[in-house]
Amino acid sequence: MTPLLAYRNVVAGYAQPVVGPVSFEVKPGEIVALRGPNGSGKSTLLGALTGASRVFSGQVERRAVLTVSLQRQIPARPEGIPLTGHELLRLTGAHHKEPPSLLAPLLALRVDKLSGGQFQLLEVWACLGGDADLHILDEPTNNMAPSTIESLVSILHDKRKDRGVLIISHERAFVTEVADRVVELPG
Amino acid sequence: MKWQLVVDPLFRVPFLNGLLLAVSMPLLGAYVRLRDEWLASLGMAQVTAAGGVVGLLLGIHPIPGALAAAGLAATAKGTVRRSGNDVFVLLLLFGWSVALLGAANSAQGEEVSHALIDGQLYFTSGAHLAGAAALLAAVALLLPWISRKLLLERFFPDHLAANGENPFRIHLAFDLLVAFAVALATQSVGVMASFALVFVPPWAAFGGASGWRRALARTAAVAVVAYIVAFAAAIGLNQPFGPVLVAALLLTGLVRLLPAARSRA
Repeated sequence: MTPLLAYRNVVAGYAQPVVGPVSFEVKPGEIVALRGPNGSGKSTLLGALTGASRVFSGQVERRAVLTVSLQRQIPARPEGIPLTGHELLRLTGAHHKEPPSLLAPLLALRVDKLSGGQFQLLEVWACLGGDADLHILDEPTNNMAPSTIESLVSILHDKRKDRGVLIISHERAFVTEVADRVVELPG
Repeated sequence: MKWQLVVDPLFRVPFLNGLLLAVSMPLLGAYVRLRDEWLASLGMAQVTAAGGVVGLLLGIHPIPGALAAAGLAATAKGTVRRSGNDVFVLLLLFGWSVALLGAANSAQGEEVSHALIDGQLYFTSGAHLAGAAALLAAVALLLPWISRKLLLERFFPDHLAANGENPFRIHLAFDLLVAFAVALATQSVGVMASFALVFVPPWAAFGGASGWRRALARTAAVAVVAYIVAFAAAIGLNQPFGPVLVAALLLTGLVRLLPAARSRA
């Protein structure tokens, strides 16, 4: 099966290499986790896909036709912008699907009125509920209460077979519970 | 008081010109505020005023000079690729310096510089109206296309890049649209009133709005009401239009006190 995304011996960084060489693949239907302690270069590896970081050697290969949804480690939530949860989901196409029960009552509210954990779950659902082929979640459990993390685990277990998920996290218990494969990065 | 002048046919073209600007400028301002680049309009307005003065010094009409300066400023800002307001502060100071130096070295330039600062809506012509109509058409055509991308860029900053799209082109297209809009508005209502049209209505409307579409509608509505009040008051009380418009727009700040309506989005 053709992978959605493949890293082949990628060494990535900024002015200097920060992480690598790292190799992994994400195939349709798979949940792959990049796990490592803070500062191990997980987000730098992700930046190799978006152009935010520099690839010193190796290759980042993506399927010829691939749509990606991406949830940032530090979500962008501009102050005072009157976007509702419904409107945020519409941006990524996630408004077509029934939202998690924790989220449904919050969607009519402005996103700048939500708590950090509520907004994090909204961003994660905007990513996972959309129509992209590959969903990338960068530290999705940040700011989340245990009950919210349970909801996230449930969403991940219900994902569609033709989608791939790449999770970047330092939470060993979380990635062990949801991922099909875990790529460990040294500290 | 000369209230009968408000309905004088002599002022129809200026009224319509300002009315079209009062719709399009605040809508652009909503997206400028979304990007946290609210100082853009003042920086651009000052640069376009400088362009108008420099145009006169070079022997060309102020409007093409202002438009050229706006295009150069937007391109320079896009090339630097920095978000935030620092670039616009530099543009503002640069434009102010060039405009006043240009005015000091040309008698005609001084007159034009004064007009650009104060606004000269009542002396605008069919050419200004055509420009404002073209701007509104451009806003109506481009915003539905660019709106989702600008919102995506703000709330999901890596989304476009991760999907192989170049955000730079979108930013440049929007910056150019704002620059040309401010250039046209500065020629009609002056530097500060152009800035106020971009900054104040979204600021007033966003406070209590629940939902982006409602905020846009409220933004345009408060700007149009403020404009109509200012147009009538400036003529009726024989006051300069620019400062009256700015004062009327500031009063729209009261809209922030309105309670938020629940969204049906």
